[in-house]
Parts: sequence; structure tokens; C-alpha cells
Amino acid sequence: MKINFRHDVDQVLKDAKAQNKPVLLDFSAAPM
Amino acid sequence: MWPDERIVRFVNQNFLPARVHVKDEGQAFKRISERFKAPWTPTILELDANGVEQHRIEGFLPADDLLAQLMLGLAHMAFQQQQWAEAERRFREIVEQLPRTDAAPEAQYWAGVAKYKATGDPAALKETGRAFSKQYQDSTWAKKASVWQ
Repeated sequence: MKINFRHDVDQVLKDAKAQNKPVLLDFSAAPM
Repeated sequence: MWPDERIVRFVNQNFLPARVHVKDEGQAFKRISERFKAPWTPTILELDANGVEQHRIEGFLPADDLLAQLMLGLAHMAFQQQQWAEAERRFREIVEQLPRTDAAPEAQYWAGVAKYKATGDPAALKETGRAFSKQYQDSTWAKKASVWQ
């Protein structure tokens, strides 16, 4: 089980508005 | 601490998760971190559906504390949207499920405020003030609630 992070942040923000859903935005230095 | 299953479940159920990596996505990181004023890692922002920041978590946290902070962000989001009952429920969940985290006293405070907002009854604040005499007495939130007793 994992978090399906997306990397197209601008599109995620648009999708959030369309779906009326909050965004978790992670600024990370962890190994990808 | 992302490997924690409770956190994975909570994030997947409640958010559209996005990540920018400081090294592997240097250009994107620079642009987005400047936009959201988040130059440090790890930083987690909880944004509402309009992309407005509602909660910020900076620095590493153990799993329980991170989960509590994530829950706190959603509770604050409901509060900002004046969904008082939903906000109170979410704040109380933190106190009940993760009582030993740093987020718990803050959640206890705001649960009382949310109840007051919903009912207009000052007893909600008094009750919260009294609750702080039983737990989290040494917290900043106890000081803030001390005027309600």
C-alpha cells in the first residue's frame, strides 16, 4: 500500500477544484 | 513517515496527493516552492479545493504526530468552511485517537470553539476550559483556554 503521489502539481490543483477535494502537497528530499 | 499504513490510508482517502522533489525535480521545486513559500524540506501543505493553504507541517515528525497533524489540517479546513459539527468531530477524533501527540491539545481547544460556534452556548467553552484542568495542563492551549473557566 502506498501513496500515489502525482508530480504534475498544476494539474492536481485543477483536478482538486473540479472534484472539490483537498490537496496534500509534499515538498520532499526523500529518495524517489 | 509515509510507510505507516494509517497515514497512507488517510492520505489516499482524503486528499489528492502531489509531490515535488528538491533535487530530482529542481525546476519545478523552485517554481512551486516559491509560489507556496515553502523553501525547506520536508514541508507538507494541506490545500483546500481552491488551492489555498489551510495547514502546514514543516520538518520530520514520527508517525503518530504526522497523522495527527494531517488530521488537524482537515479539521481546520472544515472549521474555515464553517462546517462546525464536522470540524468538532474531526478535532475530537485527534484527542481520542492520538491523545499523546502535540496536536491533541490544540485539537481539544478547537473542538470546544467549534462546538461553541455551532451552538452559541458559552458552556462549550467552559467545558473545554475545565477539560484542560484534567489534561494538557502545561500546554499553550491550556493557557489560551484558561479564560473560559
